[in-house]
Amino acid sequence: MLGYIFRRILATIPVMGVVALIVFFLLRLSTGDPAAIMAGDAATAEQLEDMRRQMGLDQPIIVQFVVWLGHLLTGDFGISLHSKVPVMDMIASRLGPSLALATLTIILSIIVAVPLGVLAAWSHRTLMDQLVMGIGVLSFSVPIFVMGYALIFLLSVKLGLFPVQGYKPLASGIGPFLHNLVLPTIALSSIYIAQIARITRSSLLDVMGEDFIRTARAKGLKESTVFLRHGLRNAAVPIVTVIGIGAAFLIGGVVVTESVFNIPGLGRMVVEAVLARDYPLIQGLILVLSLAYVLINLIVDLLYTVLDPRIRY
Amino acid sequence: MSIPLRIPMIGIAALTSIVIAVPAVSATTLSVVMESRLSVLDPVVSTSHQSRNHGYMIYDTLLAIDANGTIQPQMLENWSVSDEGKTYTFKLRDGLLWHDGQPVTAEDCVASIERWAQVDRMGRALTPMIAEITPVDEKTFSIKLNAPADMILTAFAKPSGIPLFIMPARVAATPAKDPITDYTGSGPFKFIASEFEPGAKVVYEKFDGYLPRAEPASGLAGGKVVKVDRVERIEMSDQLTAVNALSGGEIDYVETIPYDLLPMVESTPGVTLATVEPFGYQVSYRFNHLHPPFDNKLVRQAAVYAIGTDDLFKAQIGNPDYYITCAAVFGCGMPLESESLADMVIPANPGKAKELLKEAGYDGSRVVILQTTDVPTISQMPVVMAQQLREAGFKVDVQAMDFMTMLSRRSNQGPTSQGGWSIFVTAWHNTEISDPVRSATVTANGKDAWAGWPDIPAVTDAIEAYAAAVDDESRTEIAERIQVSAIDEGVIAPVGTLMKPSAFSTRLTGVLDAATPIFWNVSKEE
Repeated sequence: MLGYIFRRILATIPVMGVVALIVFFLLRLSTGDPAAIMAGDAATAEQLEDMRRQMGLDQPIIVQFVVWLGHLLTGDFGISLHSKVPVMDMIASRLGPSLALATLTIILSIIVAVPLGVLAAWSHRTLMDQLVMGIGVLSFSVPIFVMGYALIFLLSVKLGLFPVQGYKPLASGIGPFLHNLVLPTIALSSIYIAQIARITRSSLLDVMGEDFIRTARAKGLKESTVFLRHGLRNAAVPIVTVIGIGAAFLIGGVVVTESVFNIPGLGRMVVEAVLARDYPLIQGLILVLSLAYVLINLIVDLLYTVLDPRIRY
Repeated sequence: MSIPLRIPMIGIAALTSIVIAVPAVSATTLSVVMESRLSVLDPVVSTSHQSRNHGYMIYDTLLAIDANGTIQPQMLENWSVSDEGKTYTFKLRDGLLWHDGQPVTAEDCVASIERWAQVDRMGRALTPMIAEITPVDEKTFSIKLNAPADMILTAFAKPSGIPLFIMPARVAATPAKDPITDYTGSGPFKFIASEFEPGAKVVYEKFDGYLPRAEPASGLAGGKVVKVDRVERIEMSDQLTAVNALSGGEIDYVETIPYDLLPMVESTPGVTLATVEPFGYQVSYRFNHLHPPFDNKLVRQAAVYAIGTDDLFKAQIGNPDYYITCAAVFGCGMPLESESLADMVIPANPGKAKELLKEAGYDGSRVVILQTTDVPTISQMPVVMAQQLREAGFKVDVQAMDFMTMLSRRSNQGPTSQGGWSIFVTAWHNTEISDPVRSATVTANGKDAWAGWPDIPAVTDAIEAYAAAVDDESRTEIAERIQVSAIDEGVIAPVGTLMKPSAFSTRLTGVLDAATPIFWNVSKEE
């Protein structure tokens, strides 16, 4: 197992290399000029050239790539073109809110969606099943930003129960921390709750048709024991897969949610960096997010072995 | 630092960003949301309005314009003019301190002027006129000119573009092309670098060592009395969220309310809607003179006749309380306002446009209009403009893009078949275009001019004459000549002026009308 983990971690190096190559050249091939936004609308051609030179953008692309890669290999992500702050520091300062939001979203999704899926499977072809699946379709279909604005309007503006925007770190107290994250977490979770609930239901229904379930029932076990101990355990692999994929796709959801709720996380930073064509920052962000994606996949693969002893690496 | 050390550092810092508490928020903290994020902290390097606003928080200016547009002393005790208008002597007032406690000196002023003059449009125009600029003593400096010119006062007092902010000499020694890294100012607020989170939050604290002038605050002039302990500028990309946060009492001030959200704000209790910026923004459009079809004067005139400016504002803003159509090249309501050729610029006259196109022998060359979709004051205008041009017989292609892409595309001097363009729409603060020297939109010196690259010697010569003029009568006469030539030649076509509504909590009092958003004189009732 340790050998497998080591090999997988080693395998991330070429993956990250390819990501670095693609992101660097994609950015340079896209239109837009960071020097132009920094110099402002009134800048003359001469001022613009000076700005490009100062930013190192007057160098041939290949030279820029080699310089950037050289710094990257020493762990240096570079300096933001606009704020002049090291990219690593900027990313680190924004990682916390995104991590908090993503973690709470995954926790909420699991604790709501798995019981809902079990309930739907348990009540297969009843009104309850249809109700759960109906809610799932609805929450899956509503875009995150619409859900966010609706929650803000109802629960913040009209009822004043939660803040409209912002983020409070954990040290402000668990109360304020959660108070600020309740609405964004619900908005971001809605799609994942629907996805996980549906996959839990369908996996359970598949498993419940297996021979070993019939055997368990024949032994005289209670139906709840059959469902939860034998059924759910064996349905866990596809559920974990969906949770893993969902966690990876959270990166996209976080971008929207952080904008709507004004959370100073990585998602908003990605948008701002792209709009400002802040090349070093975009490159650093994509690398960090790609690394997160690879690590989530690794964790999911390792969880398989815990959930299903037949799986060996 | 080695790699193994760096990677855990990210983790530690990330964890820190989850658990570290922000400093306790004082009872007199003003939370404000500005129109866009603050990216560049050096107001000399960038002409961005947000960098300028940051500058007004932490720096002071020698002169300033008051609410009536009159130049008033700010850091200065007084100034005098001698030697038949060729020598200006400026004396600093007592008690001016930098945020580190050191006194402001004449040497600091000279260094700041020299750095500013390298990049600002008026500063660059002023430079060849200056024979010598020298500190006389700790608090006095003098500027000797080659010939009498009173543009110096206007340039030092200009509120926008790149205002002349005074920095410590050691900071002003930074080459004008490089951003500064030391943000020591002598303004009424201090920049708190340790709490700066780019794209998230900018924090300013009251500078206790600031000595306000005795006069009451008026515009950017008068006593800058700070009545709150702290200003937190919260960067918010979503304006709807900003409005919701304002109505929920989470923030106190929103610089710009999108026009489509005005009804919502108007009906929100506890919120004041106001136009605190009295000058407004000029909207105009420029043609590309280098390539067909607008390398032909008659075709440019046809386009100006085809476009009706009122329709552009109706589509973009709708509410007539927030716009004025006018043909003034140097700004509606500004001192050099002129309505010459308004009949050409304001109404849509497709009949006249068709006549001119026929006379010009327009060959159906494609007109490419750059549409900037993420600038809410001008995003819709190109669509209306395109339809008006089509009705006059033009073949038009509107190309939508974000502001960054537009800036890049706009610098392309090639033909439309190679990524070039024909028309773009722009908006400038009226104080940035209010005379021929400071305005980029009338530049007409060929490929050295602002985007569009018109080569109209009559306009260029008149701009130089304006810079050298020494009396208002001459200046007005020259500006009028430029007004006519610039429109007739299609250097610029003014659309009019738009006003940006701001909103703030009714708990705030003392919000000043000024050319830029300012937060001195503002009290907050808890």
